[in-house]
Amino acid sequence: MTDNELIWRVAGGSGDGIDSTSQNFAKALMRAGLHVFTHRHYPSRIRGGHTYVEIRAAEHEVKSRGDGYNFLLALGDSFARNPKENAYYGNEETKPLSENLDELREGGIIVYDSGLLDAEDIPNFEERAEENNWHVFDLDLRGLAKEHGREVMRNTAGVGATAALLDMDLEHIEDLMEDAMGGDILEANLTILQESYETVKDEYDFEHDLRVPTGDHDEEQVLLSGSNSIAYGALDEGCRFIAGYPMTPWTDVFTIMSQNLPKFGGISEQVEDEIAAAALAVGASHAGVKSMSGSSGGGFALMSEPLGLAEMTETPVVLVEAMRAGPSTGMPTKPEQGDLEHVLYSSQGDSNRVVFAPGTVGEAYDQTRMAFKMAYDYQIPSIVIFDQKLSGENTNLPASFFDREPNADPGSVLTEEEIAEAAHDESGKFHRFLHETENGVSPRSLPGQKGGRYLATGNEHNQSGHISEDPENRVYQMDRRMQKLDSIREELNEEYETQQTYYGPEDAEYGLITWGSQQGAVEEAVDRLNDAGHSVRSIGVSDMMPFPEQEMTEFLESVEEALVVEMNATAQFRGLTQKELGLYGDKMTSLLKYNGNPFEPGEVVKGFEAQIDDSTENLATGTRIEPAAGD
Amino acid sequence: MSAFNAIGEERDIERDEFTPGIEPQPTWCPGCGDFGVLKALKQALPEVGRTPEEVLTVTGIGCSGKLNSYLETYGFHTIHGRSLPVARAAKLANPGVEVIAAGGDGDGYGIGGNHFVHTARENHDMTYIVFNNEIFGLTKGQTSPTSPKGHKSKTQPSGSAKTPIRPLSQSLTSGASYIARTAAVNPNQAKEIIMEAIEHDGFAHIDFLTQCPTWNKDAKQYVPYIDIQENDEYDFDIHDRREASEMMYKAEDALYEGEVLTGRFYVDDERPSYQEEKRAIGEMPEEPLAERYFDDDYEWERSADLIDRHK
Ligand SMILES: Cc1ncc(C[n+]2csc(CCOP(=O)(O)OP(=O)(O)O)c2C)c(N)n1
Ligand code: SF4
Ligand SMILES: [Mg+2]
Repeated sequence: MTDNELIWRVAGGSGDGIDSTSQNFAKALMRAGLHVFTHRHYPSRIRGGHTYVEIRAAEHEVKSRGDGYNFLLALGDSFARNPKENAYYGNEETKPLSENLDELREGGIIVYDSGLLDAEDIPNFEERAEENNWHVFDLDLRGLAKEHGREVMRNTAGVGATAALLDMDLEHIEDLMEDAMGGDILEANLTILQESYETVKDEYDFEHDLRVPTGDHDEEQVLLSGSNSIAYGALDEGCRFIAGYPMTPWTDVFTIMSQNLPKFGGISEQVEDEIAAAALAVGASHAGVKSMSGSSGGGFALMSEPLGLAEMTETPVVLVEAMRAGPSTGMPTKPEQGDLEHVLYSSQGDSNRVVFAPGTVGEAYDQTRMAFKMAYDYQIPSIVIFDQKLSGENTNLPASFFDREPNADPGSVLTEEEIAEAAHDESGKFHRFLHETENGVSPRSLPGQKGGRYLATGNEHNQSGHISEDPENRVYQMDRRMQKLDSIREELNEEYETQQTYYGPEDAEYGLITWGSQQGAVEEAVDRLNDAGHSVRSIGVSDMMPFPEQEMTEFLESVEEALVVEMNATAQFRGLTQKELGLYGDKMTSLLKYNGNPFEPGEVVKGFEAQIDDSTENLATGTRIEPAAGD
Repeated sequence: MSAFNAIGEERDIERDEFTPGIEPQPTWCPGCGDFGVLKALKQALPEVGRTPEEVLTVTGIGCSGKLNSYLETYGFHTIHGRSLPVARAAKLANPGVEVIAAGGDGDGYGIGGNHFVHTARENHDMTYIVFNNEIFGLTKGQTSPTSPKGHKSKTQPSGSAKTPIRPLSQSLTSGASYIARTAAVNPNQAKEIIMEAIEHDGFAHIDFLTQCPTWNKDAKQYVPYIDIQENDEYDFDIHDRREASEMMYKAEDALYEGEVLTGRFYVDDERPSYQEEKRAIGEMPEEPLAERYFDDDYEWERSADLIDRHK
């Protein structure tokens, strides 16, 4: 927990504009000089259902959602259903005010829309407020919005009240409103914002201590999500073709690409299903365009045959897998890390692919670029696996982060002059799949090039691509294809800075291991544990395949024990580590969570304490310890 | 300067350029209708002035899928049912390439049926040849979506309870802009129809009747056949959707009564191809995308150009 931070939760109904309200508020905080991080929680429904966004803001870098929150703005849910207490879904009308209320920190602030919500409907509300020293403000936000504009503008009224209570300047909020709207709508919103600000300032005594933190950025910042940075990484790496089919949360990347590709002279195709989507990406890449597709778990399942085709025909392609809680349709809007094995192994035969799992918004950009680079240099499918959390979380980065050189190099493709020099069979067919190569890569030609004709086929094939079941050729081709993974590992080790993220003192006694999007929460837990006198270090692993054997071995050797933190029920990454290293089963305990919510840093701290105290008594609800092998 | 100099190359083209110089020789059974497609293609391609290296033949899986093993062009032998999505993306990536997709009736009307409907609907500028032998050939003779009702096979021992699919009608309602049926036993017509299909700007679908003497023992040889354009009995306007539709319905029924009606069933020269539609709304570049990666002077756009909105 940091001393001076704001964790503002805006809660209401799905469809009530919570997302855009929070996006603008986060941006205003960023412009005011703060670091921000957002966490979005929403149901798989278009209208109605409790939804909230938390914005954590502080003077220093924030890497994760926090523990709980200290400011609640509870708006009404216009589309709430089942307003009966014993209904399956509970009384949705009160949820913006009642749900997770216990997570509101002591001394926290509650602003609720008395035009729509009644605190009397919430069991023991007053006692709880008193006990926790919460400062409660009931404001008729709806009435205020109605008076000066329209009812839907009550979000704006809520933001005005927030600003007043936090002593926050309205300037940035107003600027952002002016960017986003115009005419009467703008006028009405500005009036509502100011009215509500003034009303709160005039009519209430402030007894609370919480104020907006102050900060200052050295350089201009941008606020964006993991999905944005995956798309931007793809564009900067020369990707100009995407094919897809909507599925939450992958749709974000697909949408961003579809909106920007035409501006960049590229092509986006929404197609009939995910089998087609992946097959199109393979087809476009085969013809010479850097291409991608992607989906979430269910759609990715449909892609497994085209994915295998890309492996066998050595067609470069990048697939993005945005995980959500499974199995089957699971929980479409909730994050989980249950698709690791799915992505590593799905499709028949020995799998032959690159898989990266970025841990932060910044890494999502860099690793998407690396995925393209490896795919096109080594003619292999690359997969970027991430989740609903990273997909939707917004955080600030320096604008200069994106000031990069593009790289549109199509990789190991020959020109017609080079093809003329290359090996052909007696009939003039180009030797596309050479037995002997240096690093496993046999350069390709493209349809329409002179002298380059060959057959690409999902059947095993000989050097010019003809179908072949000759045992000797089979071994040559298999070994060469598999060799590419070793070459990639070697290049990653030798040519680039590691894609794993280390945090904490190098000589630490204990290790925290995680992969993908839980990195920020784990790093914050490392800080807190070290502050509390423990000796802890973490590694956030991104290279899933080829596996970073050397780095993982070194890390595990350097610590006495390790806790592996991941959002699934079967400890998939720990399993992968044991399989790849053949060791350390007795050194790795798992901390698992799969209730649909990502880890909070405090939950990781408790998990760690549970492990060293050998007692699960204080473990956070929703988390579980899976003992090390032999324990 | 183009990086793809086989495209649009003007030169004399020998017929045997499309025959592989060395192995493999076709492994189809003697008397198989698939030979007819291969032969017709080898004749049609030089006549429409296409050279082997400007053609990409994309096939599915089945006996029919082996087509590009025996036809000397660029080839992509994909997976069962998926030739169309691979093919249409290759065409979008480099519209200069002549894209021909091909596969069996199981491949195209069964497992790949969804892609057939949508590729026709979108009217991609390509040719699609379905080897219709009314059977699963490669997997040894199971009932296919075009097998007649009552057809017995090892997997339908009591005879199929299903009415066969209507491939021509389905193609029409889906949106194909050139639809024809020909037969392996009718080489001249087959060649001409393939030539027209290649020259057509849009999705050209050929239902190619290919007898399978090995598994379809009902010995469909598709003779005698009737060319509906040559026969006075079938006077209809191939540009008229309604008349075409009636004619298709008739031909589909007739096939199962032993009457083989072949020829052009529908031609729409007005409908813009998908590529044209996509260019018209600014979602596809004028220059082939594939060329851009060879253009050393191209100024690649950057995400930095998009970053202002995040400030
Ligand atoms: C996904 C998948 N399912 C099943 C098969 C097995 N299979 C190969 S070809 C084929 C059917 C072939 O029939 P058709 O498409 O009509 O082609 P033909 O052999 O008759 O030319 C099947 C079922 C496969 N290769 N892939
Ligand atoms: S099984 Fe039938 S379709 Fe296949 S090659 Fe033999 S005759 Fe032709
Ligand atoms: Mg068949």
